[in-house]
Amino acid sequence: MVHIGEQTESGHLHVAPESKEPYAADVLERLRAEAAVVMARYPQPRSALLPLLHLVQSEDGYVTGRGIELCAELLDLTRAEVSGVATFYTQYKRHPNGEYTVGVCTNTLCAIMGGDQIWERVSEHLGVGHDETTPDGKVTLERIECNAACDYAPVVMANWEFFDNQTPESTTQLVDDLRAGKAVRPTRGADRVCTFKEVSRVLAGFPDGRADEGPGAGPASLAGLEVAHEHGWTAPGGDGAADDQGDHQPEATSDTLAPGRHSSSNDEANAPDEVPGDAAAPGPAKGAGE
Amino acid sequence: MSTTLTPILTKFWDDPQSWSLQTYEQNEGYQALRKALAMAPADLVQMTKDSGLRGRGGAGFPTGMKWGFLPPPDGGPRYLVVNADESEPGTCKDIPLMMAVPQFLIEGVAITSFAIGCNHAFIYLRGEVVHVYRRLLRAVEEAYAAGYLGKDILGSGFDLEVTVHAGAGAYICGEETALLDSLEGRRGQPRLKPPFPAVAGLYARPTVVNNVESIASVPPILLHGADWFSGMGTEKSTGFGIFSLSGHIKRPGQYEAPLGITLRELLDMAGGMRDPNKKLKFWTPGGSSTPIFTDEHLDVPLDFESVAAAGSMLGTRALQVFDETTCVVRAVERWTDFYAHESCGKCTPCREGTYWLKQILDRLEKGEGEEEDLEKLLDICDNILGRAFCALGDGATSPITSSIQYFREEYIAHLAGGGCPFDRDASSLFAKDNVPA
Ligand SMILES: Cc1cc2nc3c(=O)[nH]c(=O)nc-3n(C[C@H](O)[C@H](O)[C@H](O)COP(=O)(O)O)c2cc1C
Ligand code: SF4
Repeated sequence: MVHIGEQTESGHLHVAPESKEPYAADVLERLRAEAAVVMARYPQPRSALLPLLHLVQSEDGYVTGRGIELCAELLDLTRAEVSGVATFYTQYKRHPNGEYTVGVCTNTLCAIMGGDQIWERVSEHLGVGHDETTPDGKVTLERIECNAACDYAPVVMANWEFFDNQTPESTTQLVDDLRAGKAVRPTRGADRVCTFKEVSRVLAGFPDGRADEGPGAGPASLAGLEVAHEHGWTAPGGDGAADDQGDHQPEATSDTLAPGRHSSSNDEANAPDEVPGDAAAPGPAKGAGE
Repeated sequence: MSTTLTPILTKFWDDPQSWSLQTYEQNEGYQALRKALAMAPADLVQMTKDSGLRGRGGAGFPTGMKWGFLPPPDGGPRYLVVNADESEPGTCKDIPLMMAVPQFLIEGVAITSFAIGCNHAFIYLRGEVVHVYRRLLRAVEEAYAAGYLGKDILGSGFDLEVTVHAGAGAYICGEETALLDSLEGRRGQPRLKPPFPAVAGLYARPTVVNNVESIASVPPILLHGADWFSGMGTEKSTGFGIFSLSGHIKRPGQYEAPLGITLRELLDMAGGMRDPNKKLKFWTPGGSSTPIFTDEHLDVPLDFESVAAAGSMLGTRALQVFDETTCVVRAVERWTDFYAHESCGKCTPCREGTYWLKQILDRLEKGEGEEEDLEKLLDICDNILGRAFCALGDGATSPITSSIQYFREEYIAHLAGGGCPFDRDASSLFAKDNVPA
């Protein structure tokens, strides 16, 4: 494992001196032009900071000192303000990242479905721990939080593309293939996993023309739809035919298939709290969300 | 079976090009927008109120009422911000929706913007799903090209710009005011409320923040009518929603159904438990921030009121189902790690409290704790709940207090046995003896 860049226990970022080397003139010119495109998307330029940090990573492979300086200059912020933002978000790397970030979900659902075993096997196989990179600079391994694919648990992400229903074997194969430079296809995503820099560029808002690749939905996403097809269930009045003017009354497709209408209690405990003018204190009944 | 599935938003996810504008137009796409542009904005707000649609992002606030809170136009900008940060553990509906049918969201954004007088809308997508970002960027591009976005939409004189913004990894950015700070290029930390976003939101201007599924539900409601929508679901929890089943069940996945369906009904549709000989042990009705339920709660109607009456919250309908092979202490410990990791650090009860909760649970799971630790956990939870600055802190206490309520003996068994009595391989997906051949 290699630890490039320095970080104190409290998480302060010590930017390595070499990462402050100025950009070559042509690179700087291009970055400025691209930054202008990003900034033009927002009514206020500071909103461009997150995409600009993705843009810095697309050039440098992590958030460099020179990248911070460029963002600060473009947005009229101090470097400390930019660093403060960069260190808040987990996708911004404080030291050079591998060509591929491989993230194993070890949040509860995935962990229990086998994510813990995947993590242990892959970590041992690569000889690196969380946020560490293989000596060849190919793979940075991470434990990640829930990535909104629980119906495909256990889930692994490679450069933020989905690898569904993984096993320790499939994931060690995945990292071996990535290290060997083989093209790797995610379960639901582009035709191949792009590099960390390429993906960072997309996240800065520059499309790579791969939107039409890959499926629309995986098998689990379609599970309910398939059950509905098997039983011939449709939404009321919703079968294809453009239902004219909309002020049409509810109409079940048939008596036996009426959508459920359970009686419910009048309990107010779950009533929404977000009413303008409410007291500021959040109460226990506050609706927790995603 | 009394309740049936109602595929509406999920209806054509199996189309080979489900995400394209062409597919969407073949499935009633943008008919609702045409209809909306011929209506008075106030009537659109009224229609949404009449439908009874409640926010699908967790809190269940009535959507039309939220729109109605915007102050009267003062000539300055007003914003719509779509919350596409989906990160609550167990929640996995918005991401597949945007992957499969991003145009539903884009049309909803156009209609909602017209209804509230917004000319620049934002979609804040979590950054860790690059392919969904590609699909959204492409969907917006196609919608501009077809004249559904941009200047003088469909000749109506209405202009709308849409920016799709990628976050960079932080659960707290799903909290609506933290999201706004993040969208302004800052650390994502919650703001004091009031002022509410409706009054002072993005750039301190009147702003509506809504969940992806809430906004995607608007076109079908407009097309088929408020009554059509409120004819589904329960009296106070109207309409349909996507229920996300995960864990130890035969066919995990997305099931779109009227609110008020029960887990028993959903499990039936999903083929039951993965191993019929292993009993359901506990489940979350709406993500990890909602108190857990057990097999006693299989018949609780999954609507806002009934779930609350049974002691939890409907949340995001994220049904994570665990069978008897699962150690509840291990599950709760891991969720607690998550909250400690994601605490934004702004307020003391959550920042310090989650740090201590995590350590205590760690030693309990290893069988190294003491019985008083349970009281200590409950005491810390008591000091967080209702005292934290935002609902993340409250959510962190839910799995702990509810699991101690239902499974206190299991915590004790860890202490008595000097460790976790469960075989963790038995609960994995690939456990050889567990997967029916
Ligand atoms: C910690 C936390 C995380 C949240 N994450 C999300 C999220 O990812 N998506 C979402 O729509 N709402 C999330 N919410 C709820 C939002 O604050 C807000 O209530 C919601 O976006 C409003 O939209 P709705 O009324 O359409 O549901 C979260 C709340 C909290 C406290
Ligand atoms: S409750 Fe937690 S996440 Fe919310 S403001 Fe306080 S420290 Fe931040």
